[in-house]
Amino acid sequence: MSDSSKSFDKTPSARTSQDKLAPATPLNPRHRAIVVGASVGMGAALSKKLAKEGYAVALVARQKDKLNTLCAEINQSVGETRALAYPHDVTNYKEVPGLLQKIVADLGGLDAFIFMAGINYPPGGNDKYNFENDRQMVEINLIGAMAWLNPVAEMFQSAKAGQIVGIGSVAGDRGRVGNPGYNTSKAGVHTYLEALRNRLTRHGVNVLTVKPGFVKTEMLKAAVGPTPFAIPVEKAVDDIYKAMQKRKQSIYTPFFWGYIMFVIRHIPSFVFRRLSF
Amino acid sequence: MRTTFTQLENFGHSLDAPAYLIKPRGTEEIYSAFKLAKQNELTVTARGAGRSYNDAALNGGGIVLDMTAMDQILEWDPATGLVRCEPGVTLEKLWQKVEPEGWWPPVVSGTMRTTLGGCLSANIHGKNNFKMGTIGEHVLEFTATLPTGAEVTCSPKKNADLFYAMISGYGMLGIFTSITLQMKRIYSGLLVVDALPVQNLNRHLTALYDGAPHNDYIVGWMETFAGGSGLGRGQIHAARYLHEGEDPNPQETMKLKNQILPPRIFGVFPKGLLHYFMRPFANNLGWRMVNIAKYIVSLPKHTFRQPHAAFHFLLDYVPNWELSYGRDGLIQYQSFLPKETAEAAWTEVLKLSQKRGMPSYLGVTKRHRPDKFLLTHSVDGFSLALDFKVKNSTRAKMSAMLQEFDKIIIAHGGRFYFAKNSETTAETALAFYGEETVKKFKQLKKRCDPNELLESDLYRRIFG
Repeated sequence: MSDSSKSFDKTPSARTSQDKLAPATPLNPRHRAIVVGASVGMGAALSKKLAKEGYAVALVARQKDKLNTLCAEINQSVGETRALAYPHDVTNYKEVPGLLQKIVADLGGLDAFIFMAGINYPPGGNDKYNFENDRQMVEINLIGAMAWLNPVAEMFQSAKAGQIVGIGSVAGDRGRVGNPGYNTSKAGVHTYLEALRNRLTRHGVNVLTVKPGFVKTEMLKAAVGPTPFAIPVEKAVDDIYKAMQKRKQSIYTPFFWGYIMFVIRHIPSFVFRRLSF
Repeated sequence: MRTTFTQLENFGHSLDAPAYLIKPRGTEEIYSAFKLAKQNELTVTARGAGRSYNDAALNGGGIVLDMTAMDQILEWDPATGLVRCEPGVTLEKLWQKVEPEGWWPPVVSGTMRTTLGGCLSANIHGKNNFKMGTIGEHVLEFTATLPTGAEVTCSPKKNADLFYAMISGYGMLGIFTSITLQMKRIYSGLLVVDALPVQNLNRHLTALYDGAPHNDYIVGWMETFAGGSGLGRGQIHAARYLHEGEDPNPQETMKLKNQILPPRIFGVFPKGLLHYFMRPFANNLGWRMVNIAKYIVSLPKHTFRQPHAAFHFLLDYVPNWELSYGRDGLIQYQSFLPKETAEAAWTEVLKLSQKRGMPSYLGVTKRHRPDKFLLTHSVDGFSLALDFKVKNSTRAKMSAMLQEFDKIIIAHGGRFYFAKNSETTAETALAFYGEETVKKFKQLKKRCDPNELLESDLYRRIFG
């Protein structure tokens, strides 16, 4: 528990009786998950999947309208309240500890935390530099993740249980000419998650790094250049869910990106410097 | 004050809920915890030994007060048998204090690990409920801290409404801070126990009913696998105290060393390891064999003398026995029925569980009498407690079956006990408590806890 919660606006979304989750009992147990970046893309699809599998899911995202629509859609499709919506901007770092505390109280605990929030602003040319865009990518993709994962890790470490899922990218495995800012933010996420894994595994906490290739989301539409082997978002989400159940450490989705990236990771620098991707 | 985010479980290891754990050492720290809760918009639940089979001592994502640090026996008078304790004192600590001096707690649960605060909250009963009532009937006075910070002293005469509501109130009105109890005089460390077999449910209940007036304790074990004409068969254990003079050497039998449960079997094998060996039997076939074997062994009628602790604390005989139920744990389903309807209702319940292929692995029956406490579970009749193994593959099926059980029990005028039942819904609770009782309880709740700080997962389930 933290004093920082005092700075947090206590009513991010008014609770009504319809927002109450059904009681968890031994015969109707409930896994509890938080998805940050839940309103679109993989976040929305994974939230749906988790709710379908019986999880109570706290949906956290900036876009309030999209969030509420998704929340209502999920609850309607499963026939009971399993999703709760919490509008929040991940760059509002100070709000995080208090919001986390509130969500965990509303869910009645926490089993899995998934950080999905991410943006990608390609600079639009190998000779273009845009500090503002780079800064935003790092602030959301990396610092946003750290702002949430620090208090979540502290909680799980103390409880000696839990699962953290962070979304990296194949783009985080090497620095490339096309998008230095995005590469950096995702490489940072990989390293940060690895460090958490090394800290938390001994306390019974699982940390899963997901490295997606190209997934057919809004983000992909903004991509510049070829996007080979793009997969539907549902396929990526199924892979993530399976990896969560198996408590894996790190996955590529789809899996064959593992082989591709193995090769790419081993391209010597004197060659890589001359490549155009 | 230190708060530690901790994963907590129910006694049956079938439910988990992490919470901010605080271990208060006195009334001031209890009040500080309430203030902290208010500041953070969290709720508070008190937890004793965590021996409830359900969610009574859980508060997922909220604050849980671990009361076990407040475990001092404050006053003990061996001349009158009056004892004043902090709420974290366990029955184990209590009986070990009073027994060597010729006293015994008037009401004890099947395990001695429970705390007095928890015992009062659930208003526990023992195998002598028909004669001595619940533990609340032996409380002369208690003090409690309310969420408002107010300190109250309650007895059957002073603040009587709170007295009868906080005992049986599952910690939803305030936190006990001291409890004054009257112990019962004993003249020997032993009880005389009669064991007799009963061949069916009718004989089982008749034996409890007829045996109760002549005994101090009575309890039945039910062989839950038998169907047809043997449905409800089992064994009755009826026990009575030894009167003054009946024990030739009471000084010796009352010695602590003659009461304490042996930690090893045959003096060799540590019982702490037994649950590992029980695990392979924790399935329908294994428990059927165990039940039938136990029934055959129980057939000869016999009488023997047994130390108090050995007679009462059967659940402690195999340490951590609940772990033998495996990863998904167990639940207990206990129903209380008037003597007139018990046989009909339990016949339906037992048949249904056998038909669905989800038999109970252990059945225990008792004789009861009603009491005056607000959220009472008792009736003039009997109770049957059934243990069920929780399995991932049968959760939904078992959940549906238990809802059917609830309907049968309610239709027969029965009640439930919230130290045990984990699946009872708010509608079912309202059906047996009655609207008036719930309204009265909620009025008291509003008075004691205007900011709704005291809430457990149990509270949200049955009153939420």
